[in-house]
Amino acid sequence: MIIAHRKPIDEILKMVDRYDKIILAGCKGCVAVCAAGGEKEVGILASVIRLGRKKEGRDIEIREVTLERQCDPEYVEQIQGIVDQYQAILSIACGVGVQYMAERYKGTPALPGVNTDFMGGALEQGVWVERCQGCGACVLHLTGGICPITRCSKSLLNGPCGGSTKGKCEINPDVECGWQLIIDRLKSLGLLETVYEEIMPYKDWSTSRDGGPRRIIREDMRE
Amino acid sequence: MKTASRLERVLESGAFAVTSECGPPRGSDPEAVRKKGETLKGAVDAVNVTDNQTSVVRMSSIASCVILKQMGFDPIVQMVTRDRNRIALQSDILGAGALGLNNILCLSGDHQRFGDHPSAKNVYDIDSIQLIMTVKRMRDEGTFINGEPLKGVPRFFIGAAANPFADPFEIRVPRLAKKVAAGVDFIQTQCIYNLDKFRQWMKQVVDRGLHTKVKILAGVTPMKSLGMARYMKTQVPGMDVPDEIIKRLQGAGKGKAAEEGIKICVETIQELREIEGVAGVHIMAIEWEERVREIVEAAGLLPRPTVADEGS
Repeated sequence: MIIAHRKPIDEILKMVDRYDKIILAGCKGCVAVCAAGGEKEVGILASVIRLGRKKEGRDIEIREVTLERQCDPEYVEQIQGIVDQYQAILSIACGVGVQYMAERYKGTPALPGVNTDFMGGALEQGVWVERCQGCGACVLHLTGGICPITRCSKSLLNGPCGGSTKGKCEINPDVECGWQLIIDRLKSLGLLETVYEEIMPYKDWSTSRDGGPRRIIREDMRE
Repeated sequence: MKTASRLERVLESGAFAVTSECGPPRGSDPEAVRKKGETLKGAVDAVNVTDNQTSVVRMSSIASCVILKQMGFDPIVQMVTRDRNRIALQSDILGAGALGLNNILCLSGDHQRFGDHPSAKNVYDIDSIQLIMTVKRMRDEGTFINGEPLKGVPRFFIGAAANPFADPFEIRVPRLAKKVAAGVDFIQTQCIYNLDKFRQWMKQVVDRGLHTKVKILAGVTPMKSLGMARYMKTQVPGMDVPDEIIKRLQGAGKGKAAEEGIKICVETIQELREIEGVAGVHIMAIEWEERVREIVEAAGLLPRPTVADEGS
């Protein structure tokens, strides 16, 4: 899923400073699971904003809504009846949701209440980690199911570099060396000897962000 | 000979090669490069110039190499894949070739997290092994990565790094084998303080016969102080500094650690010369280039051999 975390409250207060009637829109998708932008977080953030504004002696009206998904036009449509009554939409969905709001409601500013971080999952309660960079050309079958693009700080295809020490990455002792993980895994699968010494070829990054904004068209699903 | 490299000639002659390196200045004063060059004249067969090492902005390696070339050196351009994509790397390889540079060291580079611009975006379009392949392909096949032909082929003696002390140890020689398969001609290793571990690595290299396919220059760095040794031991990833080095520097007494550091370095070189498969030594005297000559001399490696230029 997409992992996000709330922006600092001062930044949010500054963003909404010029408005006194806003919609605060959460999302029941990924950001709800990672506790950044679901229904519960909408309630908490609304209270914090009201409190912040009260301190300044100014009121703010906040309409709290949480959509099924903000990355789907069908659900974004659901607030169509109320948008005109408000000056801005503060979305705490991921960056996709904020942009879908902006695209649908052209006359109303859409503001991001979270920073969208990465594609990943939960490691333990309260800890989320990155696992995929969406490069569009998966190599996990060659690397023991561990992504070198994401897990190696240099995205090396023929790692590890000389900075790998005791299983840790050179950038930070809290970061695992992705290539140490790959090698351990290949070894446990009995694939190290056969797979490791094959040179991984130049990667085609055109399927990644480098190729420009991406699009998938499924002709079999088009109407 | 594959190239016009002086280092290649020295190595092919069977002489024990000596290389060193210069960190370029954090400014555009060419005198800073010449000053370092002066101290190394006649003491080494080739000089590396680092490419924004530790991700700190410095004068470009190619520009600094040209200044050293004008002084009579046959420098080694270091090129990291951190800051340039395949378009810029190939362009700089062409440019370096046009400027008469003959040696290149292919590296991935330190992550920018360490440097003076930690908020920079890194590139890593290709890695160090793919950069070796690229230079080799340009030299031997006369084509770019995309297969299109070059007009005017750069002839580089191709180098790379190897760190016998990084983890996981078991793939350190297989990774060297990958660099050999990619087409590397010479290797400069990480600084060696743990000779036992280096011997273990070197034995695996020789057992696989890799030393017959690639020339291995063993890396050394003299310790300037006890503080430096402690820093290298605890703070530098992939560095193996045994306690006995720390103890020797401690035992040297006040004001004498630097001399002890030089002494350890000279002894290390002498031990390295005895190890099968070691073709030379790479002396990285960090901001201490002026001491390289006496290290080379004390190790009995002066004068440096004279080799005929290409075509003569």
